[in-house]
Amino acid sequence: MKTRVYVTLKNGVLDPQGKAIHHALEGLGFGGVKDVRAGKLIELDLDPGVTEDEVDEMCRKLLANTVIENYRIERTERAA
Amino acid sequence: MRSAVIVFPGSNCDRDMAEALKLVTGRPPEMVWHRESGLPDRLDLVAIPGGFSYGDYLRSGAMAAQSPVMRAVREAAERGVPILGVCNGFQVLTETHLLPGALMRNAGISFVCRDVALRVENSQSVFTSGYEAGEEIVIPVAHHDGNYQADPETLDRLEGEGRVAFRYVGECNGSARDIAGILNPAGNVLGMMPHPERAVEAAHGRTDGRRLFEGLLEAVSQPA
Repeated sequence: MKTRVYVTLKNGVLDPQGKAIHHALEGLGFGGVKDVRAGKLIELDLDPGVTEDEVDEMCRKLLANTVIENYRIERTERAA
Repeated sequence: MRSAVIVFPGSNCDRDMAEALKLVTGRPPEMVWHRESGLPDRLDLVAIPGGFSYGDYLRSGAMAAQSPVMRAVREAAERGVPILGVCNGFQVLTETHLLPGALMRNAGISFVCRDVALRVENSQSVFTSGYEAGEEIVIPVAHHDGNYQADPETLDRLEGEGRVAFRYVGECNGSARDIAGILNPAGNVLGMMPHPERAVEAAHGRTDGRRLFEGLLEAVSQPA
């Protein structure tokens, strides 16, 4: 089963990479970009028996640093 | 003084740390590979050096925090053994939750590599007893992820409990309240971004880091 974990910086946490991307977009002449936040996408290919709770634990223990990051789990596809 | 330096794949200040410890204590440290599940007996110090453990994959220090040796380091910390984390070592200590907060990408994006002035905020710990409180010292930094952040309650607690060991004098990397180094509640775990081991002999240009190791040596040599 494919599962996606989106890791993003919490609101209010300064995102220097997002800021640099924002400036680069402006430098390319793209107007109307109000803000940019950069995050991570982690794709997991899991055995069907792995529970939501286990994925949540993976996020808390390793995939995200909950001091500064939020995470969102998205199960995308069931194995045939 | 018996010390150990933890070595991860990607550590690159482990030998600098070993040389500094050998110079000041007269005894070379044990070098402990990250796959070890135990530490040598009767240690007076565990040093976690700078570098790019595991290539900074996922987050700086995140993979190293999960390595077998860090379980032993956590147990040693709980027994009161002094643990010094420098640069990547500081990142590892926050990822291990031995210290609060997180070290994020520098606010200015750039890697910062230069001498910085620090103010010694607490001279009462085993790591800082070689300094005077309020004293300014100069120690080099070299990091990309040194921007210390924690929630306001944690920052207030660190300040209130005297756990801010060092503060940058002037802007360095965007760190909350210019924090350069912090202690755990018991005072036996110090994480700091600046590199004291790179300022221990005249050839380094500066020797302000030497007093950290000298103070530590004196503190652990006191009869209990």
